[in-house]
Amino acid sequence: MAVIELRGLSRAFGAVRAVRDLTFDLHEGEVFGVLGPNGAGKTTTVRLLNGVLKPDAGRARVLGLDPAVQGKQVRRQTGVLTETPSVYERLSARENLRFSGTLYGLAHDDLEARVNAQLEFFELGQRADDKVAGYSKGMKQRLALARALLHDPKVLFLDEPTAGLDPEAAHQVMQLIARLSHQAGRTVFLCTHNLDEAQRLCDRLAVLREGGVLALGTLAELGRTLWRGVWVELDLQAALPDVLRRDLARLPGVQRVEGEATKWVVQVGGEAEIPDLIAWLVSHGARLTRVMPRRHTLEEIYFELQEAPAGRPA
Amino acid sequence: MNWSLIWAIARKDLKEAAQNKAAVIPAAVVPLVLIVIFPLAIILLPQAFGEAALGSGFSLEELQSLLQRMPPAVTQALAALSPLQVWIVFTTGYLFAPMFLILPLMMSSIVASDSFVGEKERKTLESLLYSPTSDAELILGKIVASVLPALGLCWASFAVYSLVVNVAGFPLMGRVWFPTALWWPLMLWVVPAVAVLGMASAVIISSRVSTFMEAYQMSAAGVILVLALVAGQITGVLFLSVPVAMLVGLGVWALDAGLLWLGVRTFSRNRLFSRL
Repeated sequence: MAVIELRGLSRAFGAVRAVRDLTFDLHEGEVFGVLGPNGAGKTTTVRLLNGVLKPDAGRARVLGLDPAVQGKQVRRQTGVLTETPSVYERLSARENLRFSGTLYGLAHDDLEARVNAQLEFFELGQRADDKVAGYSKGMKQRLALARALLHDPKVLFLDEPTAGLDPEAAHQVMQLIARLSHQAGRTVFLCTHNLDEAQRLCDRLAVLREGGVLALGTLAELGRTLWRGVWVELDLQAALPDVLRRDLARLPGVQRVEGEATKWVVQVGGEAEIPDLIAWLVSHGARLTRVMPRRHTLEEIYFELQEAPAGRPA
Repeated sequence: MNWSLIWAIARKDLKEAAQNKAAVIPAAVVPLVLIVIFPLAIILLPQAFGEAALGSGFSLEELQSLLQRMPPAVTQALAALSPLQVWIVFTTGYLFAPMFLILPLMMSSIVASDSFVGEKERKTLESLLYSPTSDAELILGKIVASVLPALGLCWASFAVYSLVVNVAGFPLMGRVWFPTALWWPLMLWVVPAVAVLGMASAVIISSRVSTFMEAYQMSAAGVILVLALVAGQITGVLFLSVPVAMLVGLGVWALDAGLLWLGVRTFSRNRLFSRL
């Protein structure tokens, strides 16, 4: 069963269509990345899925509940990290967490234990009773993350979770997200501009533009929707004769051959054709020192999608 | 309706307000001036300097002619008193009454005006709206957070005022005379009703405007002005009798019930988020 379902979900603010016709599912234990420029509809989608905004059309279900009418029940089981840390600066970190835990109905003893555990995990214990106004940006971000996780939500909505964190803290947070999803079975809806982070963390991705989905799938699926075939990088111990290169280009399944001397790049129809390519080269005397199918990075995919003309099919 | 959530929101807001100098300073200074300095001047100056201290254009004879136009309950209560005793009892025992209706609003309107729009300006509103509270619990939590300090400070001010009036007036009055019977329904029944009316209005305004200044201006200019007029009328009625005061209070509570119902019915996260 899908943990989150969106069916034709749409929302406009006046003439601006913030979200239009979103249809996709999120599964248990999945890290689902949502990418797109500012104003693409990421934050509006999070608000619709938490029942704090009502859709104009379409519907959503989160953990089997309709957020438009059962928002309170949905929010009890979700944790949201907003784009800005959104913490109370006149209160201490401990007071911030206690307040949040109370709103989520945590019993006193359980609340205190969880507050202490989160403060220690996010390395805020030393300054837990200081006013948050004196914290650095990274500390506020860690506190906001601690608050989002305090009640152990089944679904996490994270908007730029590593923004403002130093590399060590960012790495720690990424490990935490991976552990929460892949080991603890939590579903993570991750909105980010950090393409490297998304590539490393996300099981599937949706790329949004102007409120609609440009493309959706795994990294490999997204790559396949944009580019045909697979490029294979070949390093040779010694240069091969030109005639061999011409013969290779005529081989069934081979679409293109580039490069020169000891570094070639060959485009084949799919990964299944790579073993035949290698066998043919070896049988014709090639001594290969490296064979590497080229994977498209998320950055390449993202910019290819965003720069495509509007209306291009995902 | 989960009252523990309402109380949690109110407690958080009170903690925040206690850290806010803009809320704490008026709450401390206003009572000091109105509850201590003004009554001390009114009671002690005529004792020290005689009738001249009342200022030109005003005399105890004029006060007597004013009293003759008062309801019989007032004139009877003052009948056996000397002119200076009449001055003290009439000013501090009757004319100061409207101030206690306005006082809660003056002291807590910053907290009420800040309730939603202040959180929006400090960028904390979004996380609060994502909490598993209902719209009704949210707005009621904010109203409780505004009404509690308003009433608490008002009642504390009343206790200090009683002390000041009795101690400063003792050489002339020779007894503890304040508060009179009419003050109890005023403080325990009418003042809470008026405080709820003012604070709920200010919180509702705060949920519908874009800046704190806008909310504060509207609360100050609109709510306090209207309530000042209402307070004046109510106090006039209070000169009559305790049952009339109770009836007036009941009318204000009915207004409160209507306003709270309207506030809860019309408050929505959807509208707030549409403007974030």
